[in-house]
Amino acid sequence: MANFNYIIVVIILCLGLWAMLSKKNLIKKCIGMAIFQTGIILFFISMGAKKGATIPIIQQGYGAHDVAHQAIQASHYANPLTQILMLTAIVVGVATLGMALSLVQRIFNFHGSIEEDEILNQ
Amino acid sequence: MITTQSILPLYPILISFIASGLIAISGRFPNLREAWTFVAGLCKLGCIVYMLPWILKGEVLKITLLNLLPNLSIALRVDAFGMMFAIVASSLWILTSMYSVGYMRPLKEHAQTRYYCFFALALSATIGVAFAANLFTMYVFYEILSLSTYPLVTHHQDKEARGGGRKYLSYLLGTSIGFLLPAMILSYVLGGTLDFSANGVFSTMPSLSVVTLLFFLFIFGFAKSGIMPFHSWLPGAMVAPTPVSALLHAVAVVKVGVFCIFRVMTGIFGVSMLQLTQLPLILCILASITILVSSLIALSQDNLKRLLAFSTIGQLSYIILGVALLSASGLKGSMLHIVMHAFGKITLFFCAGAIFVATGKKYISQMKGIGRKMPFTMAAFTLAALSIIGFPPLGGFLSKIYLIVGALEAQYMWVMLVLLTSSFLNAAYFFPIIYKAFFLKPDDETNTGIKEAPLLAMLPPVITAICSITLFLYPSVFNSLADLMLQWGVHQ
Amino acid sequence: MIETLLTLQLPILIILAPLFAGFLTFGIGSFNKKLCAPITIVGTGLSLICAIQVLSQVQQKGPVHYFLGGWIPPIGIEYVVDHLNGMVLVLIAVVAFLTAIYSVKVVEKELSKRIHFFYTLFLFLVTGLMGITITGDAFNVYVLIEIAALSSYALLALGQKKSFFATFNYLIIGTIGACLYLLGVGFLLIQTGTLNMPDLAYQITLQPYSAAIFIAFILMVCGMFVKMAFFPAHGWLANAYASAPTAVGCLIAPLMTKVSVYVVIRVLFSIFSVSYVFDILNISNAVIVLAVAAIVVGSIYALMQQHFRKLCCYLIVAEIGYMMGGIFMGNANGFFGGTYHLIADALMTAALFMVAGAIYYKQGTLDIRKWAGLFKKMPITMTCFIFVACSMIGIPPTAGFFSKWYLISGALQAGHYLFMIALLFSSLINAVLFFRIIEYAYFGSFSSPNSHSQERSEAPLSMLLPLVLVIICMMVLGLYSQDILKYFIAPINPFLGN
Repeated sequence: MANFNYIIVVIILCLGLWAMLSKKNLIKKCIGMAIFQTGIILFFISMGAKKGATIPIIQQGYGAHDVAHQAIQASHYANPLTQILMLTAIVVGVATLGMALSLVQRIFNFHGSIEEDEILNQ
Repeated sequence: MITTQSILPLYPILISFIASGLIAISGRFPNLREAWTFVAGLCKLGCIVYMLPWILKGEVLKITLLNLLPNLSIALRVDAFGMMFAIVASSLWILTSMYSVGYMRPLKEHAQTRYYCFFALALSATIGVAFAANLFTMYVFYEILSLSTYPLVTHHQDKEARGGGRKYLSYLLGTSIGFLLPAMILSYVLGGTLDFSANGVFSTMPSLSVVTLLFFLFIFGFAKSGIMPFHSWLPGAMVAPTPVSALLHAVAVVKVGVFCIFRVMTGIFGVSMLQLTQLPLILCILASITILVSSLIALSQDNLKRLLAFSTIGQLSYIILGVALLSASGLKGSMLHIVMHAFGKITLFFCAGAIFVATGKKYISQMKGIGRKMPFTMAAFTLAALSIIGFPPLGGFLSKIYLIVGALEAQYMWVMLVLLTSSFLNAAYFFPIIYKAFFLKPDDETNTGIKEAPLLAMLPPVITAICSITLFLYPSVFNSLADLMLQWGVHQ
Repeated sequence: MIETLLTLQLPILIILAPLFAGFLTFGIGSFNKKLCAPITIVGTGLSLICAIQVLSQVQQKGPVHYFLGGWIPPIGIEYVVDHLNGMVLVLIAVVAFLTAIYSVKVVEKELSKRIHFFYTLFLFLVTGLMGITITGDAFNVYVLIEIAALSSYALLALGQKKSFFATFNYLIIGTIGACLYLLGVGFLLIQTGTLNMPDLAYQITLQPYSAAIFIAFILMVCGMFVKMAFFPAHGWLANAYASAPTAVGCLIAPLMTKVSVYVVIRVLFSIFSVSYVFDILNISNAVIVLAVAAIVVGSIYALMQQHFRKLCCYLIVAEIGYMMGGIFMGNANGFFGGTYHLIADALMTAALFMVAGAIYYKQGTLDIRKWAGLFKKMPITMTCFIFVACSMIGIPPTAGFFSKWYLISGALQAGHYLFMIALLFSSLINAVLFFRIIEYAYFGSFSSPNSHSQERSEAPLSMLLPLVLVIICMMVLGLYSQDILKYFIAPINPFLGN
């Protein structure tokens, strides 16, 4: 089970996608979207993770007491690139979720419902 | 054949294009507006006649305007056949303009500015087709012609006009997009060029099935030629004012259709390639069916303009038949028939319009004794009808003789029979009209005096009828143009 | 000295001009709403000038590279402008600039209280679209897609109240599309460890048969298919765009989908390669079948509409089919046709939506059955409409004809006869469609001839001028199609072997 993280990511992604596409309640759709995006974030983060490595911040005291004398070993740190990418993705995700929720609020004000069926029947 | 680079071919197209702009802006002054039409018409004819000596010397004038695709450009090229068609169209435009004034003003038609404007535009496109150097340029002007004549066909803007206009555009655009465009692209992909040349564009002959496909796509793609089963737009288009029917649906639009078919047969496929196949025979059969069926339908028509429309469909197929024979006389006959039929049929339409202006009558059954009221008009009508039927000493006789000789050269006896039967049928639908007009007494005997149409509506048919006789007596210009075309452009 | 510095910084200025203009409109617009429109016009205008400059640089000296913050790729983010995206950048800038002028009157009428929100979002959307086009970094594309998408959701939601629900659906679908793309980028990152496009291209050639890379390809392309409303994921488009504010429609409808098409071209030919897509995967047949379906379905749905904006939306669906079919044709002519149509269709769609806007502004209805006698009332608008209609049908010498010409030649060469038939079918449907409208507008109403006033009431000049300019651009594009192909599309055509 070396790649169990990917299996979990796939399950999360499927859950999210299912909720987004098949749930009739708009808030549930939003939740699905959040789950879906979280799945992707986990995917990226877990691909950059390494056993026994720490967060990618160069700090005195870990690995070597004197950085200047000992080269920084990449294997000591998780991949910083994926983390940086996901910082951006999280921001995007939050903005999208905020946008979605504000739209749902407007929909509720206008249609008086957040159930897809009821809105379409109007 | 000497090819001369010259900008001259562009002028006749530009003149009427500019004229349509001038007409549009001088809509408030009807006299100035009509003056533009006449000035443009005369300049245009002048330009074309100015080019004539070069062509008669056996030269070809050519100009490339825009390179649009590799090996493919918007280019103009004046050869003998194009010249012939251009002379006919532009000289008849002047007469039609005259007639338009005499027709539109007494009837107080609306939107006359739009009418003259699009008329000029349509003529621009017609000359564009005549002078096109390649199939692509031809297609461009062909489409512009379809679109610019739509407002003319639907001029009355009532329900009938809408129906006719719908039919008109759906037939013409439908076939040109559905058949012509793929055929053109396929030829381009196979041949690498679309320039007309006597040997065709295909350096090696494609497989028979491809040639057959292309052949039918082209034949039916040019629905303006009125070949059955794509003919019924023409009777539908008779909702247009009569000058439109006269120039466009007896000369410009329909002749553009057969002109294009002629060009494609001789310039895209090439006579020598077609002779290797049975396809011309199939075209002969199609054209013969069209000739006979349309003449039979014409027999049963009571609306004079519809009768003329069906007669036109039949006569157009004469021209196609001549092309399909692929013999020298056949080709010459079909070229000459474009000219002869143009003068004959436009006279008939002019007369139909003149009768409508003077008496308001559209149906043949109402026209008893009309010859006594309108002797000049009906005399012109009689002459033109005789020309269409093919009596000497009228122009139609000449072209028919060539067609019959062409049929004999090609050893298709039955084609000769078709032509003779059709002449008989033509006589059968024209003579009753003439008989009614001159020998029956009008239903109301109250006013028996001469009551002709206005001069401007009466004069043009008389002139064109006289032209029909003149063409029989002095056909030399057109004869030599047709010979040149055969010499340089078709059999090389 | 200053001049050379400016020249070096031009690529980033294309992006920064609308971005800063966006901040300015938000800041200043809160106090004085009248300044929003001029700032927007200046911002997009500057961007247009820069884009044209960059394109001429590319034309003279080849692709322009710009390293953000001075970091050398593949570590840093790189902006690359070659002939393809140079052209798309100019296209975006042209449409944005003209729409900015066009929107002055419409926004005053439709969104009087929220003018500054509109212009801020408008400029951010332009920034996002420009960014997607200019960047050479696969992840950066995702971020900018989301920036553009977020502004477009907000813009669409500014419209009528019934548009909220359609916008929400668009948001859900759009997020799925963008996330699929991001997932694909993740797979590529695992397999290659890089995000820079040329670097990715090199790494992929080293391991062409990797399953992860195959999945990455499928995910990225599918994500963009959803974003561009390619059949069968086309359902959201018509509802989302149809009830948007006029000015928003004019910007989003031509550009959003086209930029997605551009991304697909990049993914196909800059990240992956011709040999990967057409030889190793060999998926072009499947995509072309989808393209045929898109064209047929889009055309038929368009024919069924009475609402002009919806009709145009379904036409977009069909046109997307044209482009995808051309790009996946696998030969030079198909690529020419697809890429050329990307430009041509953006202009045509912009013109269609501008016509719709002008008519809505004056007549208050987009139901084509109520357009009787419109030729008399709005002659200039309707003349422009005829030009667009001819181009959509494909009547020479308009731009639409040439894209069709290349697409059909490509289809003939590749033996995709079904695609050719679909193109002709769509031309015919378009002919019926547009002539039906022209007929309504030309003939007037028979039942109640006097109910409509026949007086001229043309749209204001600030709306007509951009419309006429778009038409002129479209005609120039048509008449100079060969030059455009020779100088701009041929250098990047991956099938020509250079």
